[in-house]
Amino acid sequence: MTVIWHAAKANRRSVIKGLIAGGSTLAATASLPRYIQAQTSEPIRLGFQLHRTGIGAAYGRWYERTATAALQVLNDSGGINGRPVEILFEDDGTDPKRGAEVVEKLAVQQNCDVVFGTLFSHVVMGSAPRAGELKVPYLVCSEGHHVASGALDRWTLQPGITDVKSQVQSMAPWVTQNLGRKVTMVFPDYAFGHDHRDYFTAAVTAQGGEVIEHVAIPPTETSFTRYLPRIPNDTEVLYHVMVGPAVLTFVKELGEFYGSGSRPEIFGFIDSLEAVDITAPGLEFLDGTHFWEGHPRFLQQDASDYETYYRAAVGVDENGASAADPRDVTTYAHMFSVWETLFSIRDAMEAANYRTPADRPAFVEAMESVTEIPASIEHPQGAKLFNGKTHQVFGIQNISVVADGRMNVVHTTSIDDGLYEDEVDYTTLPF
Amino acid sequence: MTGVLNRSAILHIGVVILLFALQFVLPPYHHTNMARIMTLAVFAMGYNVAFGYTGLLSLGHALFFASGLYAAGLLIQMGGWSALPAFSMALIAGGGLALLVGVLALRTTGVAFMIVTLMFAQAGYLTVLYLGEWTRGDEGLVLPAASRTIGSLDLTNDTTRYFCALALFSIALLGCYLLARSSTGRVLIAMRENEERSRMLGYDPLRYRLTALVISAVMSAAAGAAYGVLFGYVGATFASIQYSIFPLLWVLLGGAGTVLGPFLGVLLMTYLVDLAGDVTSAHLLVVGIALVLTVLFAPRGLLGTVRARWLPWLP
Repeated sequence: MTVIWHAAKANRRSVIKGLIAGGSTLAATASLPRYIQAQTSEPIRLGFQLHRTGIGAAYGRWYERTATAALQVLNDSGGINGRPVEILFEDDGTDPKRGAEVVEKLAVQQNCDVVFGTLFSHVVMGSAPRAGELKVPYLVCSEGHHVASGALDRWTLQPGITDVKSQVQSMAPWVTQNLGRKVTMVFPDYAFGHDHRDYFTAAVTAQGGEVIEHVAIPPTETSFTRYLPRIPNDTEVLYHVMVGPAVLTFVKELGEFYGSGSRPEIFGFIDSLEAVDITAPGLEFLDGTHFWEGHPRFLQQDASDYETYYRAAVGVDENGASAADPRDVTTYAHMFSVWETLFSIRDAMEAANYRTPADRPAFVEAMESVTEIPASIEHPQGAKLFNGKTHQVFGIQNISVVADGRMNVVHTTSIDDGLYEDEVDYTTLPF
Repeated sequence: MTGVLNRSAILHIGVVILLFALQFVLPPYHHTNMARIMTLAVFAMGYNVAFGYTGLLSLGHALFFASGLYAAGLLIQMGGWSALPAFSMALIAGGGLALLVGVLALRTTGVAFMIVTLMFAQAGYLTVLYLGEWTRGDEGLVLPAASRTIGSLDLTNDTTRYFCALALFSIALLGCYLLARSSTGRVLIAMRENEERSRMLGYDPLRYRLTALVISAVMSAAAGAAYGVLFGYVGATFASIQYSIFPLLWVLLGGAGTVLGPFLGVLLMTYLVDLAGDVTSAHLLVVGIALVLTVLFAPRGLLGTVRARWLPWLP
């Protein structure tokens, strides 16, 4: 069954669009009582598992701001089923043990109806078992393939962001057709890097290309000089996906390695530089290189009204930094997932006529029945396709080139580019 | 003497009875928290055998915790083993690893011992990452709920999990209590206090220290295996340096060389983080201040200070 989520929300969306246009609708609606039913209804409480501290803190800061902005829009447009919505943020320290405790605290002690917002894969993996035992919907924003791989259970869903497997698969054709067919991959030598190694290598091979060298970097390395000579001279594309504080060192040493001489085309994941100013000293070498971006950090000329509205609502300038502080760079390629997940929660709750935690299974079933998700204010990154069997959403990806201190989108993939065979059918599992 | 024995025995049995009774009254969130605390307290008690009683300041106990966690987890995940045999193998894995590490590391003392154990633990952590094809590295593994059973006992059930954690905790507590009061325990304390004098009296330091390290590692591995089986997650974070530091902090806070101190340390630290997190995002600062205050005003830890000032019979 195909469900178009927002078909029944034309009035609400019209109101929001009116707000964007700056029309008089705002003044007209602002004076109306928004929660007529809410006067007798408890707020819906959503728990947010937040990486406020620990290695995910840069993401967490912007995830919290994005969620807060989305909540404002959600409540201004009537909440969920006419009830106001609250988000309770709880720091998990980006730690899997604490993550499990936080899920329980939010669900049991704070009486949250669902828990969402988790980014780091190891926190998701550490927390998901407890969410399943508590039978509380757990909506993650992590990009990990762990949801669609079948490693989890029926209570964990990822409706707001695509997974790594889909991302690399959808970009491989453009990379091989436009940058080169002989690829060398540089990646961290653990699970995150191995996912890229496995999925991207397979995708390149499927396109008739070849990964001629895998350069795995041990996770404790702080200098990469001795690994760079392993890049074969006939490399046409250098694919890098480093993470953590070593990223800046990696990029700088890569620049020193090639100097002003010829170099291969370079393609990387913006994960490497989220929350980092690409005009920072030492990153000049990035000029002319390409990046994957889930959501373009710099405002593009053809940006949709949805995008403009979302950017303004969260408080982000045209360069992808805080409107209040240009030095505070966002995690723009990922944080849209929080915004979109919140509205996905709203739509599934309304479809399930959610009232109490007893309706949680109906909520999950409602989300599983979703397929098409049109681009909208609620989904500013673009249209998506949700696979209820695998609990994973699929969407567009962007490839950008660095030029003159900004990133310009040169290619946007289609949703179909990122689809792959189902590896699990969660709908067959019991609640 | 008999009176002293009775007092300390009554205290420790009373703690177990109290924890048993709490199962029926604790609110759900604290109920699971207490199961987690009891499991980690076994880890802390194991660390206390090495550090508190024997004076082995290890910075590598994450290796032993993780050896149990991964031995049980991988046997369940890849070998299709059921929980109890996997748990048993985890004890052997932890003990065997400690024997190997101990033979090498116990050739050193003091700061050198700290560094060597730290290096062994770091090697273990990196091994987990390198073997990502099986361990899933930093991301870790979720153990299937269906495999988390012992006979007809479903370990995903909150009550069952609590009683399993309590059973493990009680066995560890009893073991530590008996060890502390045994002749072997007294020799371990003698090793801590004055190795040369102990040697002069005919006790072999290497033998006793190795014994302590193996006992400590088996308990740590038991806690690791139990954590994986009871809570369903096996991940590299538990092999990282922070899980070598945690047991040290727990033991320092609760009282090194006391049987109940490690449990008290885990309990207080867990709730300190939890409650401070409700007030400020700088909750680790609060924990740090608490530890500094402990070192300044109760350098023997809470129960160590209680023993020194009021209850000298406390084991």
